[in-house]
Amino acid sequence: MHSFGYRANALLTFSLTILAFMCAIASLSDSLNSPSPSAQVQVLNINWFQKQPNGNDEVSMTLNISADLQSLFTWNTKQVFVYLAAEYDTPKNSLNQISLWDGIIPSKEHAKFLIHTSNKYRFIDQGTNLRGKEFNLTLHWHVMPKTGKMLADKIVMPGYRLPVEYR
Amino acid sequence: MDCEGQKLAEQLMQIMLLSFAVIAIGAGYITASFQTMILTYAGGVVLTTLVTLPNWPFFNHHPLKWLDPSEAEKHPKPQPSVNVTAKKKFTSI
Repeated sequence: MHSFGYRANALLTFSLTILAFMCAIASLSDSLNSPSPSAQVQVLNINWFQKQPNGNDEVSMTLNISADLQSLFTWNTKQVFVYLAAEYDTPKNSLNQISLWDGIIPSKEHAKFLIHTSNKYRFIDQGTNLRGKEFNLTLHWHVMPKTGKMLADKIVMPGYRLPVEYR
Repeated sequence: MDCEGQKLAEQLMQIMLLSFAVIAIGAGYITASFQTMILTYAGGVVLTTLVTLPNWPFFNHHPLKWLDPSEAEKHPKPQPSVNVTAKKKFTSI
C-alpha cells in the first residue's frame, strides 16, 4: 500500500481471485439442483430399408421426439446439447450407437418440445445385421454451464424393432 | 498517504471486495441470473477502486511528524573527511 501502483496491483489481483471463487461457488450451486427430465420417442414410419451397394444396411425413419428437459436448467446453464442415438448389438460389435438427431436447447423455454422429423443423420450399419433387429433409442444430453464442469446423462427407451424384410 | 492511512486503505479494499462478492452471489442466485452477479460485482470493483486507490485526505489524518529544520541544525550529519582516511588505509594493503 505504499504507492498508487502497489495498491492498484493488490486490488486487481484480489478482485480477480475473488471472481474465480465466485465462479466456483456458482458452479457448485448446480449440485443443489435435482433434475427430473422425461422423454418419449415414437417411430411413426419406416420410410425405406435397403442394403446399400457397399454391402451395409441402411434405414430411414420418421420420428416423433418429445421431451421435457426444463428441470435441467439452472442460473448457471448456458445451453443443453441433446441427441438421440439408436443402440443395438451385433455379432461383430457388442455395442453400436448411431446418432439419429441432435439439437441445441438455448434456454429453459425451449426445453419442452415435440419434434416431428426424419432422422437427421443416416442410420447405416456396419454389415447386414439390421433385419428384424431390436434396438433402444437413447436420448443423451450434455448440460453446458456458464462456469464449471459439464455434466452428461441419458434416458434409455427400449423396445423398438426394425422390419424383418427390406422395403 | 501515511502509515495509518495505508492500513485503512488495505482493510477497506479487502472488506469492500469481499462484501460485494457476497452481495453479488446472493443477488445472482435469487434472480437466477448469472449476468446480475457479474454486473453487481463489477460495479463493486469500480466503487472500491474509487474509494481506495486515490490519495484521499482522510487517509492522511495521522501524518508523520518530520523533524523541524531548526532541530536538524543542532544535530549535524557526520563529516565526509573521516571516510576518506578510512579509504586510504584500505588501499595501502
